[in-house]
Amino acid sequence: MQHGTERRDYDVAVVGGGLVGAAVAWGLARQGQRVAVLDEGDDAKRASRGNFALVWVQSKGLGMPEYAGWTVRGSRGWPALADELARETGIDVALQQPGGFHLALSEKELETRAQTLMRLHNQPRMVGYETKILGAAEVRKMLPDVGPEVVGGSYCPLDGHVNSQKLLRALHAGLAGHGGAYLPGRRVNGIANRDGAFRLSTPKGELTAGKVVLAAGNANMTLAPMVGLSAPMLPERGQIIVTERVAPFLHHPVVTVRQTDEGSVMIGDSKEEATDPTGMTLPINTVMADRAVRMFPRLARLNVVRTWSAIRVMTADGFPIYEQSATAPGAFVVTCHSGVTLAANHALEIAPMIARGTLDPSLDAFSARRFDARPR
Amino acid sequence: MSRLASLPEMWDVLVVGAGPAGMAAATVTASAGLSTLVIDEGPGPGGQIWRAIMTTPVMSRPVLGSDYWAGAPAVRAFYESGATYLPSTQVWSLDADGVAGLSAEGEARYVSARRVVIATGAMERPFPIPGWTLPGVMTAGAAQGLLKTSGLYPSDRLVIAGTGPLVWLYAAQLLAAGGRISALLDTTDPGARLAATRSFPAFAASPYLAKGLALMARVRARVRVLRKVTALSIDGRERATAVRFRRGGGAEEQIPADTVLLHQGVVPQVNLAMATGVGHRWDDRQLCFVPEIDPFGQTGLERIAIAGDGAGIGGWEMAVERGRLAGIGAARALGIASDLVPSPNPALKRLRALARPRAFLDTFYRPAVAFRRPAPETIVCRCEEVTAGDIAKAVDIGALGPAQLKAYTRCGMGPCQGRMCGLTVTELMAAKRGVSPAEIGYFRLRPPVKPITLAELASLPVDGANVKAVVRS
Amino acid sequence: MLARVDDRHQRTVPISIDGRAVEARVGDTVAAALLTADVAACRVSTVSENPRGPYCLMGVCFECLVTIDGVGNRQGCLIEVRDGMAIETQSRRREAGR
Repeated sequence: MQHGTERRDYDVAVVGGGLVGAAVAWGLARQGQRVAVLDEGDDAKRASRGNFALVWVQSKGLGMPEYAGWTVRGSRGWPALADELARETGIDVALQQPGGFHLALSEKELETRAQTLMRLHNQPRMVGYETKILGAAEVRKMLPDVGPEVVGGSYCPLDGHVNSQKLLRALHAGLAGHGGAYLPGRRVNGIANRDGAFRLSTPKGELTAGKVVLAAGNANMTLAPMVGLSAPMLPERGQIIVTERVAPFLHHPVVTVRQTDEGSVMIGDSKEEATDPTGMTLPINTVMADRAVRMFPRLARLNVVRTWSAIRVMTADGFPIYEQSATAPGAFVVTCHSGVTLAANHALEIAPMIARGTLDPSLDAFSARRFDARPR
Repeated sequence: MSRLASLPEMWDVLVVGAGPAGMAAATVTASAGLSTLVIDEGPGPGGQIWRAIMTTPVMSRPVLGSDYWAGAPAVRAFYESGATYLPSTQVWSLDADGVAGLSAEGEARYVSARRVVIATGAMERPFPIPGWTLPGVMTAGAAQGLLKTSGLYPSDRLVIAGTGPLVWLYAAQLLAAGGRISALLDTTDPGARLAATRSFPAFAASPYLAKGLALMARVRARVRVLRKVTALSIDGRERATAVRFRRGGGAEEQIPADTVLLHQGVVPQVNLAMATGVGHRWDDRQLCFVPEIDPFGQTGLERIAIAGDGAGIGGWEMAVERGRLAGIGAARALGIASDLVPSPNPALKRLRALARPRAFLDTFYRPAVAFRRPAPETIVCRCEEVTAGDIAKAVDIGALGPAQLKAYTRCGMGPCQGRMCGLTVTELMAAKRGVSPAEIGYFRLRPPVKPITLAELASLPVDGANVKAVVRS
Repeated sequence: MLARVDDRHQRTVPISIDGRAVEARVGDTVAAALLTADVAACRVSTVSENPRGPYCLMGVCFECLVTIDGVGNRQGCLIEVRDGMAIETQSRRREAGR
């Protein structure tokens, strides 16, 4: 066994250094825990580098109202997270929560949208918050640049966005500030639970920790069974287009079009059944560009500067999985699609629970046991 | 109908770039009867070396010199070959199947080819020093292009700084055109000079030695040449006003300058090939990434070949031969009868001869470490204004390579798509982490590798599955 | 400042640079026309707003971005001047729609 320079004994080893892992790790480090984050190399799939950076509430939770409530909590908790990160690291993650839109380009799209929202909000145990269906004229009042094809949309005042790159950097910087170790280039190949401690094997040697948190995105599917957990995942590929920087003109994020704090316009969000993050289906970008230009004709002549594809972290039903292992206590799985929206929940709520050693019963709905009860 | 819209969709051969290599490749394939489409972003054929050869106002032949005018027969042969040539057109995407995205005059479309020769040539190596983003600072190649295209040359206080054959060539051309140079700051690394002695015999046996010495002598006769220049920086607020430097370990000196021309060699333009998925490797002698190819320029992708300086720096004569070989390779692969395809042997033989003096040039003009891995305050990524210090900090918090660096700093994420910072990033991260540049690698590139507008992208064909991936009920 | 070799066949076309009428040589690129008119800075950085000018003149660096006939962020070094062309330097970030 090779002996590196890092400390071999940690209170908690977090597997995965993306937004979920980094948020949990930073949260744990703030609690005084000795934390190591084990991450892959530069060629890792990294959903956190490919995300759209929305802090998004509307339409989430159809099929699991607890998720809607959890998301609303995330949205409301975000300002405290942003403040704390700015205070600790000096990095302003550019949180803006001006309310966001989902725009419809046909009456049929608007009708579908209205029905989806109605079904969502009519669920039993559904959290109460406002989402409005707006007609074209009302949309135009708030988004004066929308094109004539926009027939309306839905609006939720809780919606917003951040700069997710700055968020990732702030979490990593904050973790380092609390003495946490970020250990890239250490893909975890195996986890063994012996004598109340977890041994994690990596290409650069073994690490031991009192607890382990699996926050490795889609890789949780293979890691979770090593510690008696399960995390059924259904990864999918998404593509994003980014334009050159322009003067601010879009003051509310739209679920598929947003202007970043730096001025670029980001356009998303496709879903494809593909697991190769280096691949790219150009015609899908065409569909995205076409819809964006129809929503905002002013975008037409902007130059595309970058496009990318990334693999979305997606559980089998799309909802988060939070669970502690029954057979290997101290092993937790924390995985979800919305690492940005739920960053405050992960850093400020889940991390303290893990530090205490128990997940709150209010998170029971997010146990992977739901997949046993409802086999797919 | 526009030029682009009236093009056929299917081609036997697509050549990207109408420089020495691209023209040579297209001349072979078109002459063999293959339908050949040549796309170039410039307004005329010739690439950078023979830029504006059909239109240059510089009529006095000694000004631009014999290497420049050697392009005229190549262009004539290209024009007579029957290849279809589309200037002022961008290739913004290419895939392994030979489908290329084109853009011209605000319009985009796809064409498809059974074989593609990427001949996108070279660009000047980034020269990151304090002040290199100031107006008035350009590359020597930029100034040379102005002279070739427009007969223009700087007439104010001019300083040329750097190393490599182009520095001397341009200085001589400028003097011949009637220009003046306040000073030529030679940044050639004394250590590199020493290292090059081993490869000197092969160089001395080539015609380059006499040619180079004559060029240098002509420049030295009329220009103040300062050697062993280090610690180079450019002063100015709204534009360049002076250069600052030291000679060896000497005191700081300053020379007023309105125009500063920088140059430290050329490197392959890799963006299109990398975005297509061609494998590249780090070349430690040329300090750049080069595609993995066989003698015919064939890459690991069946339909894709690369020729010319984009396949590794060799100069225009090698580019012509490599272009020819790529053309021959494409024609053979497409089943053209052997009597219609030239034998590759003369080109292969010429290439071996041309390769001999390269080791000396690459070693002698290997840019000094200080100009490849700048001090912390120096801007590395011009688009996003990321400094060498920012990159070092990103490594400190865990960035192993360019992908994570982007996420932390936005380095390489601006309009130039990493062209002006990519190699500096690789070398800085390698040194900081104590690993090889090969292990660090390069930015992951994706189309569009040249700008297209959203409207152009939106205008392209799609199918039902594409729509379904975006529009969900 | 730039000087030009004696060009017997020179033809010019009228263009404008930031509203100023200029004669530009046919065959010159927009970037060359700007430099000839002693316009060193053609835009500002979208990050620091510091002035920037043409750097590589071969389509690689994207420094010579200017507004041409109302369309922003065009590469001046790849586009030749045309009769009546209106060139504007960019003193701020491009606006969507321009």
